[in-house]
Amino acid sequence: MAGIIVYVLGKDGEFNKNSLGAISKAAQLAGEIGGEASAVVVGESFDDAKLAELGKYGAAKVYKVTGPEGVAQPVVDAIEKIATENDIKYALFGGGLLGFEIGAGLTARLNWGVTAEATGIRAEGGKLIVERPVLQDSAIVDVAYKGDGGVIVSRLNAFEPNDSIGAAGEVVDTPVEFKEHSLRAKLVARGVQEGADVNIEDADVIIAGGRGLGEAANFSLADDLAASLGGTVAATRAVVDAGWFPYAGQIGQTGKTVAPKLYLALGISGAIQHKVGMQASENIVAINKDPNAPIFEFSDLGVVGDLHSIAPKLTEAIKAKKGA
Amino acid sequence: MKIAVLVKEVPDAAVEKRLDPASKRIDRSGEKNLNPFDTHALEAAVQLKEGGAPVEEIVAVTMGPDSSVRTLHKAVSLGANRSIQLTDDALAGSDVNATGYALAKVLESEAPDLVLLGQQSDDGENYTIGAVVADHLQFPSLTQVVDLKLEGNTLTMKRQAEYGYDTVEVDLPAVISVGDALNEPRYPSLKDIMGAKKKPLDTKSAADVGIDAGQVGEAGSKTEVLAINPPPAKEAGELIEDADADVDATVARIVSFLEERKLI
Repeated sequence: MAGIIVYVLGKDGEFNKNSLGAISKAAQLAGEIGGEASAVVVGESFDDAKLAELGKYGAAKVYKVTGPEGVAQPVVDAIEKIATENDIKYALFGGGLLGFEIGAGLTARLNWGVTAEATGIRAEGGKLIVERPVLQDSAIVDVAYKGDGGVIVSRLNAFEPNDSIGAAGEVVDTPVEFKEHSLRAKLVARGVQEGADVNIEDADVIIAGGRGLGEAANFSLADDLAASLGGTVAATRAVVDAGWFPYAGQIGQTGKTVAPKLYLALGISGAIQHKVGMQASENIVAINKDPNAPIFEFSDLGVVGDLHSIAPKLTEAIKAKKGA
Repeated sequence: MKIAVLVKEVPDAAVEKRLDPASKRIDRSGEKNLNPFDTHALEAAVQLKEGGAPVEEIVAVTMGPDSSVRTLHKAVSLGANRSIQLTDDALAGSDVNATGYALAKVLESEAPDLVLLGQQSDDGENYTIGAVVADHLQFPSLTQVVDLKLEGNTLTMKRQAEYGYDTVEVDLPAVISVGDALNEPRYPSLKDIMGAKKKPLDTKSAADVGIDAGQVGEAGSKTEVLAINPPPAKEAGELIEDADADVDATVARIVSFLEERKLI
């Protein structure tokens, strides 16, 4: 019996989709290695009835821990205790910032190996093997764990939630004595949406801008192109953090996931954190001056050149074509 | 206060990176450089000092082979006062868990008030080492910080989490990994570059800092790469390599592509 535990994140009464996907994957794998999947939730955002719903996604038990929300280290304390007392050998995280932080802390605490950015997991001989892309996805390595157990942090959206796996989960009240250092980080504000509210998730055409635009004012190039194509403008984390574009229009790991018919990237290098938010787009066109930009590896049409001269002419050409 | 900045030597961005089929590790031969993400951590340390925080010294710390001395020189040219190189054959092949443990042992002997590092390494793409180090040191830890203020003993930080921007306060000591949006790292002056080699550089072995040899290196690592496989085949896209040579032709090709795909 080797159990798999999944950290479940949530806010405003809803569980995070990635956590639910991780539970469903854990339930499938636990069956194959002869254990059960469980979930741990820290905080007071969910009542017992809601927590029991995690059972539908595959969590046989839901460990309910009272403690601070939105920070990683109290969850490390909680999982250490639960894993140690319940013969749990693997901890699976559905990606996201806290998943990386908790997973890494747990690695140190339990002296377990860790694999980040996992895109696949399989069971072999009662153990888990993790598939993990490396070097900008140019290769995929199979990783096994030595020792007592393993931490797996998946890539965002790697696993789909399935709500027809089980019945209600058993909610287990679990008191945890937190370590002094785990309580020192205090959340002052959570989930603040900086900037205007823009809707990019329903758009058929997205013109996305990255650092290669050079400065905030150059988003006008993306605006003009979007207007000519009847599309919406979006952005990368780098430029949102720089204050060039509102957070609501950010694509990627800590932003939105989109799959438009056309995704046209201006000055975006295509780092993994961005790729996970847009790789399902039907047609990807990228304009970037760096021939080594990873985005060209997964573009349908890549253009190595200066977006500042190409984009305005493209806008004019599309307008002319549409007017014709 | 003392700030330690963790830095890493990585293959230069221009070098095509590959896995060594024999060792199943990243082939780290060829040109190397300071991990670009770490320059933001060094800049953050310097800005804290320049902003009036009582920073007595900034110490750059690395774990790596002999060649990583150059990375430490670069770190010192960017503002560290001295540096420490943890180097030992026993450390080769350490995974994230083992590397975090080894770095924590070096830091224990330095007792810094603040440990800074970049959000990720350019080669490993893990984002995890800060939290591993922090758990060993029993320090609070935060990653991907994009705004940071120090008042007295309290750091106030902003970062993007799953639901938007979070603001978090932490009393020192702490381990903080910074995002690349935090600052714009400065270029070192010629004087700083020339002077870097004259600043103190301590070389330490695993035994010097009390590392349990059974917990590091390939043997002490808790993960093992079984196989290297190619990614799933994907139909190669079309690439216009020298688009600036004839912008009108480039634009015409983009338009015809959009038409072919019925996007306009």
